[in-house]
Amino acid sequence: MVLLQRPHILLLLIDTHQFLQCWIAFGSANEEGQQQEEFSEELLVKPLPDHKLLAHFHFQSSAPPSTSNGCHHHLFPKAISQLVQKFRVKEMELSFTQGRWNYESWGGFDPISSSNAKPPGVELWAVFDVPQHHIDASWKNLTHTLSGLFCASINFLESTATYSTPEWSFPPASGNVRYGTFPCEAVCTENLTPWLRLLPCRDKAGIALLLDRPSLYRGFYHSQRLHLTSTESSSEGIDSGIILEQTLTVVLQPNSERAIEVHASEKHVQPSWSLSSIFGKQVSGRCVLAKSSSVYLLLDRGLVAELKFPNKENGKSAANGLTSENFWSNPSFELSVNPDRIFLEESSSHSKSLSILYMFQVEKYSESEPFDIGLMWKVPVAWLCQQTPLHASRFLMGSGNERGAIAISLKSTQFTEGFMSANSKDGSCELRVDVFQVVPWYVKVYFHSLRVFVDQQPRAVSDFIEKIHVSPSKDKMSPGVMEVVLKLPCRVNTAALTIEFDKGFLRIDEYPPDANQGFDIPSAIISFPNFHASMVFLEDDSLNRSPLLSKFQDKCPVMSYTEVLLVPLTTPDFSMPYNVSTIKCTVFALYFGSLLNVLQRRVAEEERFLKAKAAKKTGRLPLLLSKLSAKLRGRRREPLHSPPSSSSFINSKLVLKVILVAGLAVGWQYFFS
Amino acid sequence: MQDLCTMVHLCYCLFLVLSPLIELKDSQIIFCTDVVSAMLIRATGQNLRLAYLRSLESLDLVKQIEVSGDIAALIYLCNPFTIVACVGLSTSPIENMAVILCLYGACSRLIPLAAFGWVIATHLSLYPAILIIPVIFLLGCGPDSPPRKLFLQRHQQKEVLNQSKLPPRFSWGPVIHFAFWAFLWSVYVLVLCGISLKQFGGLWEMFKSTYGFILTVEDLSPNIGVLWYFFAEVFEFFRNFFLIVFHVNILFMILPLAIRLRHRPCYLAFVYVAICSMLKSYPSVGDSALYLGLLGWFVNELADMQFSLFLFCGYVGVSLLSPVMHNLWIWRGTGNANFYFATAMVYACLQIVLVVEGVSAMLNHDRKLRNLITGKPQDAKS
Repeated sequence: MVLLQRPHILLLLIDTHQFLQCWIAFGSANEEGQQQEEFSEELLVKPLPDHKLLAHFHFQSSAPPSTSNGCHHHLFPKAISQLVQKFRVKEMELSFTQGRWNYESWGGFDPISSSNAKPPGVELWAVFDVPQHHIDASWKNLTHTLSGLFCASINFLESTATYSTPEWSFPPASGNVRYGTFPCEAVCTENLTPWLRLLPCRDKAGIALLLDRPSLYRGFYHSQRLHLTSTESSSEGIDSGIILEQTLTVVLQPNSERAIEVHASEKHVQPSWSLSSIFGKQVSGRCVLAKSSSVYLLLDRGLVAELKFPNKENGKSAANGLTSENFWSNPSFELSVNPDRIFLEESSSHSKSLSILYMFQVEKYSESEPFDIGLMWKVPVAWLCQQTPLHASRFLMGSGNERGAIAISLKSTQFTEGFMSANSKDGSCELRVDVFQVVPWYVKVYFHSLRVFVDQQPRAVSDFIEKIHVSPSKDKMSPGVMEVVLKLPCRVNTAALTIEFDKGFLRIDEYPPDANQGFDIPSAIISFPNFHASMVFLEDDSLNRSPLLSKFQDKCPVMSYTEVLLVPLTTPDFSMPYNVSTIKCTVFALYFGSLLNVLQRRVAEEERFLKAKAAKKTGRLPLLLSKLSAKLRGRRREPLHSPPSSSSFINSKLVLKVILVAGLAVGWQYFFS
Repeated sequence: MQDLCTMVHLCYCLFLVLSPLIELKDSQIIFCTDVVSAMLIRATGQNLRLAYLRSLESLDLVKQIEVSGDIAALIYLCNPFTIVACVGLSTSPIENMAVILCLYGACSRLIPLAAFGWVIATHLSLYPAILIIPVIFLLGCGPDSPPRKLFLQRHQQKEVLNQSKLPPRFSWGPVIHFAFWAFLWSVYVLVLCGISLKQFGGLWEMFKSTYGFILTVEDLSPNIGVLWYFFAEVFEFFRNFFLIVFHVNILFMILPLAIRLRHRPCYLAFVYVAICSMLKSYPSVGDSALYLGLLGWFVNELADMQFSLFLFCGYVGVSLLSPVMHNLWIWRGTGNANFYFATAMVYACLQIVLVVEGVSAMLNHDRKLRNLITGKPQDAKS
């Protein structure tokens, strides 16, 4: 025993030693690099053209594929890693959103909007690494787990009528993807708290300290998102590396009283703001567990073009390593804190001007000297954000509660004009648009009624639709899914898709409590696979790259979500179930009773005839019966209740009945026992 | 008015057959079906009239009788319900034609045609399956006639038993012939369906999504019946119980009616069709058009039916009110589901009164004939 135990103790010692080592190494700013669990926190602030401010929090935790620690983690949330291991999730994204992203004024072409602008309510998609027939079971379990984890009604996505299987139009194109949305979920602080619990410092330290609930939920738009990708480890396949990316995107209105007082008359004056004025809090140092902790201020391409920095040539040279003074001491605005570094965007093909990113390191600040960045505008400035190639909106047509039509309209934006002029030399320029639309089963879409209007002219469907995939809905079983690839000419001004539907009728218990409010049709996803929203910033050291900036460099297609539609459905009278049942059953009884009555009714003459007939027979019938009863009595002496000796006809009949019933009962008992 | 015939269930087999040939909308197929049905009704009516005359003759009763075939065909063609079903491009005229084909075949002793009509009608809407009982009676003892007992009585009175004047006894030959043809046709239809549905899940899938759809009332869209609202409102727990109750209600009445009206198989068929159109899962006005048309065959027998004016006014009132109520509820949103349900309820009651009074009138007619023979023969002239 002792001999056997010794190696264990030895192992234990080694383990503790390793663990200590790891811990020390972790404490000393991660020398080991690859093999460590990492956490980084970043905040990106971006002024928006309509006097608002975008704050984008980005927290990234990663667990490398390692077998040394088993299922123990230093920084990585255990709940997430267990979930990934249990359900073999390859990639997953969950978002809770309140409000609608304003694509026209907040832009739609940058990485923030195309990957962080989400449809209202809950959106969940997941790619599983399990055999095809296990996917639905995994999805069910995943929705229940997430619903428990985030205190949300994600478990409604469990039923097959609510989620769908996109074939090819959804970005992670693969057969194992499941996609579900739940537009009517009300997102609030109860969903944020569990989300924050996944962070190593919660909201007690670091940038997350800024997440003050009242100021967050006062905003115009907030979307909390959780994206995880697991990389299959090559060796065992048991433990896989996971990258968990948690983002929170908020659009807030900086309420700067001074600006309103002074420049109330001027429309274009941007409000000045500081982090403390927006969030009511300041960052007192970084989260000690974070590898990097930084705040960025992004000036949009349009804004930079408008500001007219003194000399651009100088600026480009500055990106090569020199920190140029004239980027932050601009005559039109003033920063309260000097940026630590300035990044310039690499020249892109789509735009003339380049965006500028100011970086502030939070590490330098502490409790005594909190970090608070402010931006003071000196001159009024107006600009436009870069928009999606086509602006998509969706609306309902028709009136009444029987049928209607869904229309998706695409309008060209100023971007398309620029794109068109850029590609004008190429005559056959085409714009590819992917449309992904899920409709619940009670909106019975007729896919044959799909019509295409280009420049307000009805056109043949086959001219513009390159590829279409449709899976019709089944009542209470699966939703209808439509995936369309449109090829539009670049010169197009407007394009519209219309599709007709009939409204279904539900049972009384399938209506939600507020049935007259209507039912939501989830947002359609419009994506432009030919355009990639990426921002590549010139960086001097690629080793110490920040996760947020490397995320910006990913080439993801430009995507936008349309509005959620509210379809009013006919409601039955909810107070009627008893009345309907009783009235209906009364009518059926009326039918049954009166028809039977008519069939067996005899008029007076027939009655008399029958009576006469019966009178003739009276001589024989009792005789027969008494004979029969006598026989029965003769055969059965045993029965306890022997009939009275002076048995009349009625008595013998009674006895017969009793015996029959008793026999039936005995038979019943015998047969079923 | 199209809303009245919205919920007509169409087997998708039929759709598969029709859709490649012609677009249903552009063709006159529904109209032609209606005209053919009316012609068949007329032919059957004449058949019935001849049979009636013959039986009266053999009972030595002379009576002025109407040309029931023409009346029935006219009722069928000019019925607003038929016109609505035709204009609304409902498929119920096709189902109706199959039923009429079956009855025509049985009346004129075209056994393969009768079997074909019965198999197709059953295939299209399931409920005509119960028409096999009247068809067997029709084939076994010929078309409608007064009860056989009456003839025997009459001949006993006259003390001459003329076998040739008696209606024939039940003969099994044509029935077996019919069974053979019905089997042949159903195998034929099933094989065709099986071939065409091979890639869609086969026959079982077809049964599940056609007959299953009929039997478990899944679609709750408003129609002129009452089951949609009932099953929208009833508690989930009782759903299966009531499904059984409502469907067994149709079956329960088969036997009593068959016993009481066995000497009048065509009338029995009419009563069955009326009951089915009243109790079926997704009724439409096309079904009402059928039984109202068939009612025309029996103008002589049902001459003294009670409540006929009340029924007529009721039908007119319901057919005017129910589109209004539907419009108020669905399109304008000012009404309530109960408004429309009330008209559907009244319509169901009217149908019940029609069936009950019709059966009662037919039984009374037989009684009257007996009275004429046994009691006061001079009344026959009046």
